Amino acid sequence: MNNIIKILLSAPFSAKVGMIIITFYLIVAIFAPLIAPYGEYYLATPIAYEVWSSDYPLGTDNLGRDMLSRLIYGARNTLGLALTITVLAFLLGGILGMTAAALGGWVDQILSRVNDVFMAIPSLIFALLILSIFGTTIPYLIGTIVILDATRVFRIARATAMNVAVMDYVEVARLRGEKLGWVIRKEILPNIAAPLLAEFGLRFCFVFLFLSALSFLGLGIQPPTADWGSMVRESAALIAFGDITPLIPAAAIALLTVAVNFVVDWMLHRSSGLKDVS
Amino acid sequence: MLVDMKDNSGSESEPLLQMKGLRIEGLSENGWQEIVCGIDLELKRGEIIGLIGESGAGKSTIGLAAMGYARDGCRITEGDIIFDGIELRTASEEEKRKLRGTRISYVAQSAAAAFNPAHRLLDQYVEGPVAHGLLSPDRAKEKGRALYRSLDLPDPENIGERWPHQVSGGQLQRMMVAMAMSCEPDLIIFDEPTTALDVTTQIEVLKTIKEIVVDRNVAAIYVTHDLAVVAQMADHLMVLRHGKLVEVNSTGQILKSPQQEYTRNLLDARSRDEKTPSQIPNPQTLLSIDSVTAGYGKGPDILQDISILVERGQTVAVVGESGSGKSTLARVITGLLPTRSGAVSLEGELLPAELRKRGKQQLQKIQMIYQLPDVALNPRQRVRDIIGRPLSFYLGLQGKQREQRIFELLQQIELPESFIDRIPDELSGGEKQRVCIARALAAEPELIICDEVTSALDSIVAKAILNLLQRLQNELGLTYLFISHDLDTVASIADQVVVLYAGRIAEQGPKSAVFQPPFHPYTRLLLSSVPEMRQGWLEETLSSRETQAGIAREVKITEQGCPFVERCPVSIDDICAHSRPPIHTTTASGHTFACQHSAEALLEDSK
Repeated sequence: MNNIIKILLSAPFSAKVGMIIITFYLIVAIFAPLIAPYGEYYLATPIAYEVWSSDYPLGTDNLGRDMLSRLIYGARNTLGLALTITVLAFLLGGILGMTAAALGGWVDQILSRVNDVFMAIPSLIFALLILSIFGTTIPYLIGTIVILDATRVFRIARATAMNVAVMDYVEVARLRGEKLGWVIRKEILPNIAAPLLAEFGLRFCFVFLFLSALSFLGLGIQPPTADWGSMVRESAALIAFGDITPLIPAAAIALLTVAVNFVVDWMLHRSSGLKDVS
Repeated sequence: MLVDMKDNSGSESEPLLQMKGLRIEGLSENGWQEIVCGIDLELKRGEIIGLIGESGAGKSTIGLAAMGYARDGCRITEGDIIFDGIELRTASEEEKRKLRGTRISYVAQSAAAAFNPAHRLLDQYVEGPVAHGLLSPDRAKEKGRALYRSLDLPDPENIGERWPHQVSGGQLQRMMVAMAMSCEPDLIIFDEPTTALDVTTQIEVLKTIKEIVVDRNVAAIYVTHDLAVVAQMADHLMVLRHGKLVEVNSTGQILKSPQQEYTRNLLDARSRDEKTPSQIPNPQTLLSIDSVTAGYGKGPDILQDISILVERGQTVAVVGESGSGKSTLARVITGLLPTRSGAVSLEGELLPAELRKRGKQQLQKIQMIYQLPDVALNPRQRVRDIIGRPLSFYLGLQGKQREQRIFELLQQIELPESFIDRIPDELSGGEKQRVCIARALAAEPELIICDEVTSALDSIVAKAILNLLQRLQNELGLTYLFISHDLDTVASIADQVVVLYAGRIAEQGPKSAVFQPPFHPYTRLLLSSVPEMRQGWLEETLSSRETQAGIAREVKITEQGCPFVERCPVSIDDICAHSRPPIHTTTASGHTFACQHSAEALLEDSK
C-alpha cells in the first residue's frame, strides 16, 4: 500500500492532473443522486432550452430537464457502460491472446486469422449493421463493442505474451507439467501486465468515444437515459444561436479522454523501463 | 586529416590516453554511489592494457569513460581524462562526437546486437568514415574490402554485400572488429569481445583482434573477466574489484608473481583442477539414450544415431561447438523435441517422446538448469514462489513444511534465509544461478541437465557454482548431464565425456580416455583451443596444424561421410568425404570414437 502511494507521488505533474480529473469523474458518477439538483428524468420546467439561471445552472434541454443533472447522471451511465465494455473486451481478448501465444501452432493460427477477419470490417459500419438488425438494447450494444475491441486487445496481448512465452522460465513451467491456465496466470500475465494496463486506459478512451459517437447517431444509449453523446445531439441546434451548452457534454468527454491519456502516457513510460536522465 | 594524425605518432613517449583520479558515480535506489573510486591509467600508442575483474568491478564503465562517455544513470564526478592533449571532461559534446568513431572506437560484446539487421554489412562499415566526412562512400567501401581481405575473411570482395544474419557468429564478430577500424582510430576499446563464444570461434576472433591492434600499432583497452584471454593480448594488466584498483603490472609479472590475494584467486579460477572420477560400487544405468535421431520441422536430422548411457551418481559431459546439437539433445531428453527414431529411457522405463504424454512422476525425475539465469527466473516471482512451486506441485508440501524446506534448500545453495523474499532483480548472476539450482533440487530429481550453466558467469563465480554442483552431487548422489563448450569446466566436473560434432558422436568414454592420446582429431582441436594462462599461447596455437585446418569453419551437417572432413588435418582424400567413419573401441572401458584412422594411427599422430 505504502509502495503504491510512493509510486503515485513520484508521477509527473501531467499524470497527477490526470489522476485528479479521473477521481473527480468517479466521485461524480458514484454519488450522482446526491450531487444532482434534480432527478435524471425529472421534467423540471415546461420551458425547453431555458437559459442558464440560478435554478438551472446550465439551463434545460429540449424537454425541459435540468442540463446539469443530466450531465451528472450521464457521467454515471456513459462511464459505467464504457468501463464494463472495456473490462469484458480485455477479458475476452486478453485470455484468447495469451492462449494463442502460449500454445502456438494451429490454435494460434485459427485464433489469429479469425481475429484478422473481424479487424478487417470497419468498426463503425459493423456496429451500425449489428445494432440496426438486432435493435439497440444495452446487451447488444455491449456485445458488439466488446467483440470489436477484443480484437485489438487480442493483438497486443498475443504480441507481448509471445515475447514472454519464449523465456526459459516458461519452459521450466511447461517441463514441470504445469497446466495452461497456470502458465498464463502466473508466468505470462504478471510480465505483460504493465503494457496491458496502459492499453486498458487507451482502449477505455476509444470505447468511450465510440459509445458517444453511436449515441450521437441515435444507436447508442437510448432515451430517456442520460448520456453525453445523445445530449450533444439533442441540443446541437443551440450552437446556431450562440449558446455553448451543447459543448459542455462534449467538453466533458474531451477532458476525460485527455486525463486518461496523461495517466496512460506515464504508465507506458514506466513499463518501457526508460530512465529519466537528470 | 588522417595523414596528419599518423604523423604525430612519432612521439612514442607521450601517453595517448591518461586518466587521473577518475571517479564515477552510479544512481541506485539509495541515491548516487561511487562505482569507480579513483583510478589512474596511462596508455601509450600501440600499447594494450587489459582491465580485468568480475562483474561490478567497473571495467566497462572505465572503458566507456575513455571516450568521455558515461552511461545513463552514471556520472563522472572527479578526475581527468586526457586523450592526446584533449581534456574530455571539459570538451564540448561536438568535440567529443568528432573524436568518437574516428579516433576512438568501441567494440561491444555482442556483434549480433551491434549490427543493424536491416542493412548490409559493408554499408554499415562505411557509415562511420562517410558520416565524419573522412572518405567518399566508394573509397570507404574499397578500403573495407581491402581490410576484409587482409583479415582473411571468406570471399572478401562480396562478403560485405551480405546481411548480418547471413554470416556465422565468429565472422560477424570479426566484421565488427573490422568496423571499429573503418576510420583508422588511435584507440580501440574492446568490451568482452569474445565472452560467450566457443573456444574455436574465440581463437578466430582473437586472431583478428591481434592482427588489427598489434600489426597496425593501435592502442587498445581490453575489458574482460577472462585472464587467460587477455594474457594473449595485453602488455599491462589492471586488476579491478568494486571500482578499486587491486593490482597493476606487466602481464608477465601478474601471471608469474601476483602480489594480491584476489589476483591469485583469478589465476586459480582458470587453472584446471581435475575431479577424480567417482567410483560407484555397482553401476546402475539411470538414463539410456538408444540410437536417437531428431530434427526440427521438416529440416535435416540435427542428431543422428546418438547412443549414450548415463550411470547413476555420475556426471556425463556433452561437449562440442555451437551447432553441434548439444542443446537439441537436452530438448530430446526433456521431451520438448520428440525423437524421429530411437528411444530414451529412465531407470529402464521408456519415456514417451512427447512432453504432454509424460506423467508427473516422469517429469519430476528430470530437471533442468539453464545457461542464462536472467531469463530462467520469472522476474515477477519471489524466491519463495520460485523454489516453493516444485515443492507444492510435486511433493504436496504446504505452509510451514514448505517454508521449512525452502530454508533448507537455501542453506544447501549457500544463500542466507533472508533471500526468500527477494525478486530476481535483487540477485547477482551467481545468486540467480544458485536459485535455479535450488529450484531443480526442490523437485528431488534423479537427473539434472545442466545446459552451459557457467558460460554466462565470471570465472570466479563459475568456479563457485561448479564447486557447489560437485558438493551437492557428493552429498545427494545426484546425476548430471552436463552440456558445455568449455573443456576446462568439463575437465573439472565430468566422469564421462561425450564429444558431439554436427549431431553425431565423434568420441565418447571416460574422461581420462577422451582427454588423453589417442585423440579424435576434433577433440584435439577443442583441447588445443582452450586458452592457457601464459603469454605466447595464442601464437603457438595459431601456428599449429589443428588450428590452421580447424578454425573459422562452420559446423556442417552432412548425410554422408564424416562431417568433420573439411576441418580435419589428417583427413584422407576421397575416403573421409564419402564413407561413414567406422566406430573403434579402445582398450579403455567404454571408450569409442568414430574415425577412419585406427587408434594406433591417431596415437602415433599425437606424438
